[in-house]
Parts: sequence; C-alpha cells; structure tokens
Amino acid sequence: MPQVTLTVNGQQHTVEVEGRTLLVELLREKLGLTGTHVGCDTSQCGACVVHIDGVSVKSCTQLALQADGTSITTIEGLAAADGTLHPMQEAFREHHALQCGFCTPGMVMTAVDLVQSHPDGLTEKEIREGLEGNLCRCTGYHNIVKAIAAAHPLMHAEAAE
Amino acid sequence: MYDFAYEKPGSLADAVKVLSADPDAKALAGGQTFIPVLKQRLNRPSTVVDLAKLGLTGITVSGDTVTIGAMTTHATIAANPDIKSKIPGLQHQASLIGDEAVRHRGTIGGSLANNDPAACYPSAVLALGGTIKTDRRSIPAEEFFQGMFTTALEPGEIITSVELPIPQKSAYEKFRNPASRYAIVGVFVAKFPSGVRLAITGAGQGGVFRHAEFEKALSANFAPEAIAGIATPADGLNGDIHASPEYRAHLIGVVSKRAVAKAA
Repeated sequence: MPQVTLTVNGQQHTVEVEGRTLLVELLREKLGLTGTHVGCDTSQCGACVVHIDGVSVKSCTQLALQADGTSITTIEGLAAADGTLHPMQEAFREHHALQCGFCTPGMVMTAVDLVQSHPDGLTEKEIREGLEGNLCRCTGYHNIVKAIAAAHPLMHAEAAE
Repeated sequence: MYDFAYEKPGSLADAVKVLSADPDAKALAGGQTFIPVLKQRLNRPSTVVDLAKLGLTGITVSGDTVTIGAMTTHATIAANPDIKSKIPGLQHQASLIGDEAVRHRGTIGGSLANNDPAACYPSAVLALGGTIKTDRRSIPAEEFFQGMFTTALEPGEIITSVELPIPQKSAYEKFRNPASRYAIVGVFVAKFPSGVRLAITGAGQGGVFRHAEFEKALSANFAPEAIAGIATPADGLNGDIHASPEYRAHLIGVVSKRAVAKAA
C-alpha cells in the first residue's frame, strides 16, 4: 500500500493509505484528529477546511497522497500548547459566533487564512465573500463576521510582536 | 470512490508515457471537479496521474501575450498584478470561480481540459483568441473547444500552458447559480484593434460560443446600446431546472450589455 509522509500540527507522520483515501479520512480516521468535520462531502460546506502549507483547502476534495511532503494545520493545531486559544478562536467565543458548532472548525480555519492573507484590513463585504465556501445553518453568519472583524487587529498585532 | 493506483511523475515525458500507455489512466490537476466526479463513481480510472510535479505553474508577460502555466491556480491568477493590469476581465473571472478554498486548488489547465459547458475560463480563452499549448502542439481556442466536456485533446495529451493575447479592454460578467456558483450565463468581452470578440459560457448546448452579431455591432460602436436591439435566438441553448433556453437567450443580452459597460 502507498505511503504518505506529512507534517500535521508540527508533528511528522508516515501513514499507509489507499490511492482513494481523502486527506480528511487520513486526518480523522488514521490520525484521530476528528476536529476536522465532514459535512456535505461534496466540496460545498467547508466544514473540512484545513491549511496545507498555510493555505485553506477543502480536505474532502484532496487525496491524502497529494499532500505528501506538505505541512498541514488542523483546528487542533491552532491553540497554544498550554491551551490558550488562538485569537480567532477567542473571538468566536467572545462574539458568540457559533451555535451547534459543527461548521466552526472549517469556519475558523477559513477565517484565519482570510485574515492572514489580508494584512491591510478586511471590509465586511470581503469577510462575507471570503466565507462563501463555508455554510452555517445556525448563526445567520452575522456573529461570525463580527468575530473575524474583531480578530483581525488582534492577529496582526500578535504577528507584529 | 473506487480505488486506483496513484502516480506523481517528475517530468512531462513520464506523465505522457503513463497516460498514453493506459487508456484508463486519468490526469489529476487541481482535482476540484475530478475528485467529486470520482466520489460519485462517474469515472473509474486505473491510475490517477498527478500533474503537480511537472513545473507547469507560473505567469509571464512577453510583448503582447500573457502565458499562464496549466497548473496555475485560480487564486494565483486572481491575485496576479500583471493579469489585473493586462487582462482585468480574466483577473475578475478567476476571482469568481467556486470559493476561496476551491480557488486555492483548482487550475486553469484542469478547467480547460474538462470544458464544462458552464465553466468560466473557456469564455476568456475563446474571446481572447488564446492558444492552448500541450506536450506536443499548439491548439487555437477555436479548434480546442469541441462541445460539452469535449476538447481537441488526444488520449494522453497534457495541456502545459495557455497563451492569451493582451486586449485593449476586457471584462467578464457572470450570472451565476447561487448554489453551485457556475455560470447560468457568463460573458467575456475583449476589444482588440482588429475588432471586438465576445464569448458566452453556461448557455450553449455545445459549450462556449461566440456571438457574431454582437461582435459586429460592438466592433462598430463599443457601447452597451450597440447591442440593445439585437435579439438572441433560443435555439441551441440549454434548458434545465435553473433556466429555460428562452430565459438564457434574454440573459445573454442583459449580461453582455453589463460586460461591455464594465469594459468600456
């Protein structure tokens, strides 16, 4: 069986997979990282978004073998080792940006990439457009947008330190 | 998904060899259409040949031509300052495909090879009079697109880049399906010294097509009102749950006027 070697949340893994194994299956079923969710399995809902080499990708639409040699960050890799939440996670908590929480891992990963790729600031319109690939059935998005706007200065202040 | 063998060749020649030796082997570019197709068991390849290591990425401007590597992603095209200044319609078009995460993976070469009748890029490549470069030849856009999901590509032939002449003006307008984000009608208009070219995606049963009457009127007067009185017949247009052929015919006029207004 083919092998894939990749770094997940800073830790290197070599795992046997099938050709058809999806990246999200590798993360959830082989590595036990069940924070990354499978919602629609049709590339629409964004619950499975992770970062591959720092860029948001739908892990249900990616073969595990394609990720060979890459560095993956999942929702489990965001908080600090002592449990301190990432500023985006903290902003989601503070602004009540989740209700059932199913979409939240993908929302947070998409939001982190969105903020990182817009260092000069994000308008509300840009945030809403940036969330096009992430569906939430509870919140109506409003508090998610608020949380991302609030996290932007915090993340860039932290990056500047 | 059925299982398959997976190969990631390190050279174009190796990739062509694997694909040519086995008619059931299939090329994988960004996978944003192909992987969903595999999940639905609509295709059963023996081997999936990943094109990621062939060095087919990058955007270069030389004289009056922009060349885009086949494995260049939508996100890269949308963020490229040269594309934005030379072919703003293409930059805007790339920024409208799928969503942010899809744009990080999907590629222009993959989209062109698939030739989905509602995909965006075929309209830009046809309107600009682009050339598709492969491992073995150059194919003009007019000959490349041969109908729904059909292209001039031979078995095992791999797109390496696409060459696009730089127009004086360009714009893309998309009336999109709010769920799939594909074009119900998408119009790319390009103005060259030799005249105006306008291509329509999402509407035709045979995939992307040019609109000769619009082009003639716009070449004489590049303004939305120049095409206001020209009706588009519904013959040969798609009808589905999203829009009837008559509605698409109407949209072609509306969306084309918007595209011209944006470019002019």
